[in-house]
Amino acid sequence: MTTQILTDEALKAEVTAWLAEHWKPKAGDQGAGFGLHPHRDFMAKVVEARWAVPTWPKDWYGREMSAAQAKIIEKAFAAVGAPGAGQDKSNLWANTAMAHATPAFKKTIVPALLKGEVGMCLLYSEPGAGSDLAAIRTRADRNGDHYVVNGQKVWTSGAAVADYGMLIARTDWDVPKHKGISFFFLPMKQPGIEVRPLRQITNEAHFNEVFITDAVVPADNMLGPLNNGWGVLQTALAYERSVMGDAARGPRSGQDNPKGDGALVELAREAGRLNDPVIRQEVAQVTAYKVLNRLNNARAKAELAQGNSSPIMSLGKLAMSRILHEEARLRSKLLGAGSLLEGPDHPRAEDANFLSLNAYFTSIGGGTDQIQRNIIGERVLGLPKEPEVDRDMAFRDVRSG
Amino acid sequence: MSAITAEDLKVFVEQLKRLLADRSSETEVRRLSETEEGYDPAVWKALADLGVTGLIIDEDHGGFGGDAVALELVMEEVGAALLCSPLLSSAILAPALLQALDDEAAKARLLPDLASGTKIATVAITGRSAGWVKDDVAVNATAVGEDWTLSGQAAFVTHAHIADVLLVVAKAADGLAVFEVDPKAAGVTLNSLPTFDHTLRMSDIDFAKAPARRLACNRPVWDAVEDMLDMARIAVAGEQAGGSRRVLEMTVDYAKNRYQFGRAIGSFQAVKHMAADLLMDSESCTSAARHAAQCLASGSDEAPSAISLAAFACADAFSAITATSIQMHGGIAFTWAHPAHLYLRRARADAQLFGSSDFYRERYVQQLGG
Repeated sequence: MTTQILTDEALKAEVTAWLAEHWKPKAGDQGAGFGLHPHRDFMAKVVEARWAVPTWPKDWYGREMSAAQAKIIEKAFAAVGAPGAGQDKSNLWANTAMAHATPAFKKTIVPALLKGEVGMCLLYSEPGAGSDLAAIRTRADRNGDHYVVNGQKVWTSGAAVADYGMLIARTDWDVPKHKGISFFFLPMKQPGIEVRPLRQITNEAHFNEVFITDAVVPADNMLGPLNNGWGVLQTALAYERSVMGDAARGPRSGQDNPKGDGALVELAREAGRLNDPVIRQEVAQVTAYKVLNRLNNARAKAELAQGNSSPIMSLGKLAMSRILHEEARLRSKLLGAGSLLEGPDHPRAEDANFLSLNAYFTSIGGGTDQIQRNIIGERVLGLPKEPEVDRDMAFRDVRSG
Repeated sequence: MSAITAEDLKVFVEQLKRLLADRSSETEVRRLSETEEGYDPAVWKALADLGVTGLIIDEDHGGFGGDAVALELVMEEVGAALLCSPLLSSAILAPALLQALDDEAAKARLLPDLASGTKIATVAITGRSAGWVKDDVAVNATAVGEDWTLSGQAAFVTHAHIADVLLVVAKAADGLAVFEVDPKAAGVTLNSLPTFDHTLRMSDIDFAKAPARRLACNRPVWDAVEDMLDMARIAVAGEQAGGSRRVLEMTVDYAKNRYQFGRAIGSFQAVKHMAADLLMDSESCTSAARHAAQCLASGSDEAPSAISLAAFACADAFSAITATSIQMHGGIAFTWAHPAHLYLRRARADAQLFGSSDFYRERYVQQLGG
């Protein structure tokens, strides 16, 4: 690799030339998974050529570049649709491991994660620990050079194909709930792991339940110090939030849907309801929610670009939740009795009904709207927290159910 | 495009903020609300000296040539401070209408005095139904040789009681036209209206063969009125945005400092969640107002729909925030002495001044192609 400081132009030329030589967009899909990359052969080349994490240290596949120069590389990759760049910002797994894994484990896992060679999943939520994630009851007990894990996790995407799960488990029951949790890379392909698809209200199964019975994880796979897993989790969650953003899905029927700000007007016209003054008011209002969210995001971005923090960033998820529920409600209303039906012969009803249910993905997943309002009230507006009755209590004495 | 640079505008807004903090305190707002004039001529002079009265008036006519973006930002401060003044009538409606016409002599005759604040003007357009559509004009104009007389009624005319000049939209035989009228002339009768927002002054005006001077306009007059209304809608949206943020700030501050059950009431989720929703309203209101101003200032095709959106989104946000603020404060805000109701009154007035939210939602659907 080049060691002298590159000009922006020279860097752009170098990365563009490299991509021209190595990126073959039509190369076969090798099968995707969460963390497992469909273009793994190419990804390995990206990592070896030091394009994946240019802001990282030179000992760790990086170039110790500025964020601005890294952006040049990301743009060049994006211009030809090539994957693998910008992982110093986007690869939640590799960044978490890089920040917290032991030196020995880091050495094997980080390159594998950057190259997309290992499938990953998240083992955080439990049936008894959703919004209150620190209430987890999955346990990890030390036994020689490894830990034995027992418990149940839920809402896990990609569990069936994953090689590792990022696991939070309780390692001390005699301290308050945040202080007895540790963070592990749990090997998933072992007898103690049972993965069962979880059927959602939309009659799909994008998530799994994971039952863990005497599964084994090497002590060296622990990230961060013992009982400091809550801190490691914050790193991981920050990366997750920054990359997942808005993961809500659109209609699923496959039928063409009108696009743009006039979309709901067109749906109302198609349904023969555009002459109804009440419907017209609602079309305007729901469209307004969507446009206002777009304007808010644009203003937040502009304010951040000027170096000012913006309270708007934290409003996006709550705004999107309202948009999805309201649009689904209006779509159903436009159809009237038509929304009694579903299936491929009734695509508008299929979409309205699917969207009505899937809106909860956004209003519950990643923190319910109510938790989100707490966060906005406390972190943005500076209102005091509700007293927490379990904050200073040994976890084994905390009431659950 | 604005004749004012972004840096100058920033300084200007800071100066205005200081002036308003000093001269439009709650005490002053309450004092002026109870006077007949409804404004303080000394403060009006200070606003004129700062350049607020001439903000949107062309530089050729003694103003600063500010665009919609400048107007919106200034109005955010005005709204936050609940300023009592004829700013809307004399510095926005009247000059915006004059500048939308093609009567150079009238501009030269009237605009410099409006820019310097030495004269106050207002516009009389809608009739009793207050729909802000051309069919609602209820004054008729009759040609008498070279001169004109007006007969009929204009309703909800802002600050007419202190106006030196009225710009009246009336129906002539050849269509709508704008007329300049002396409010003290024979045949003009002002009836002051008791307003729910005590910071506002309004009148109905009866015209009975009142002498009038017709102003030249080379295009359909209602198009010129719509241009004026666009500036008015931006101004009101800015006022709503500034008022919304101030009321939210006041309410959150109270929720941090009011203790019940041994806790700050803002620690209760029932109260906290209301505050979070109001932040969404207040930020959306600011985004909508500023976006509409940018669209109008840059001549974007999106301007008409962006203005409609701001008109209903900002009106609804300011109304919701001021109403919920009272609920969040509890008993203290049910008293006359607390300022929450002053903002609620302004919010309810702003929500009706140039047409209701329902009117603008309907307009928005039409602009979206429906």
